[in-house]
Amino acid sequence: MSYSLIEYAAFFSMFLIVLSLIITFIRLVLGPSLPDRVVALDLITMLTVGFIIAYIILTREVVYLIVVMVVALIAFLGTVAIARYLEKRVLK
Amino acid sequence: MIEIVASIFLIFGSIFMFLSALGILRFPDVFTRMHAATKAASFGSGLMLISVMLYIGGAGVIISALLTIVFIFMTAPVASHMIGRAAYFRGVRLWDKTVVDELKDRYDIEKHTLSSKKEAR
Repeated sequence: MSYSLIEYAAFFSMFLIVLSLIITFIRLVLGPSLPDRVVALDLITMLTVGFIIAYIILTREVVYLIVVMVVALIAFLGTVAIARYLEKRVLK
Repeated sequence: MIEIVASIFLIFGSIFMFLSALGILRFPDVFTRMHAATKAASFGSGLMLISVMLYIGGAGVIISALLTIVFIFMTAPVASHMIGRAAYFRGVRLWDKTVVDELKDRYDIEKHTLSSKKEAR
């Protein structure tokens, strides 16, 4: 079974994105303050978007583009909600 | 030919995402980490979506991928700005080699207001 060029590219980008997820998870565990962890969670959702895009390239399943859009939307909403919560907690 | 171009876009997008993860591990500060995470990751996902547009094609795929690119490039700065604002107001320490801090005396923590001039009050 032989792969074409773009399948090798998709495998390589999946490898890089899983490595990036591990690195970002280290920052999520270490992070000294709460905004560090929020930034790491935001980056984790962006990396999930990249992984789904590599999966689309690999399997040619176009349906998952809707999943990409919804994941980006939910990441934005969650980040804004957490940021507003952090800012309101300063005020008491 | 189009497959080679799509492969190049895909690999460069994933390299940008890996650089953003490396930046979020190695940078010394919340704000510099945010600088790495937001810009490099949104640019990398944009490159990967361009690769999907080139490789698969078709009107529906191109329209939804363009819509996702526009959405990501519109929302990522807003989310990053709100996290940075909340982090500064919570009093997260800046890096000790930071050159300029323009909000240093202009934020009133009791009234939660920003004044534009330093000698206004």
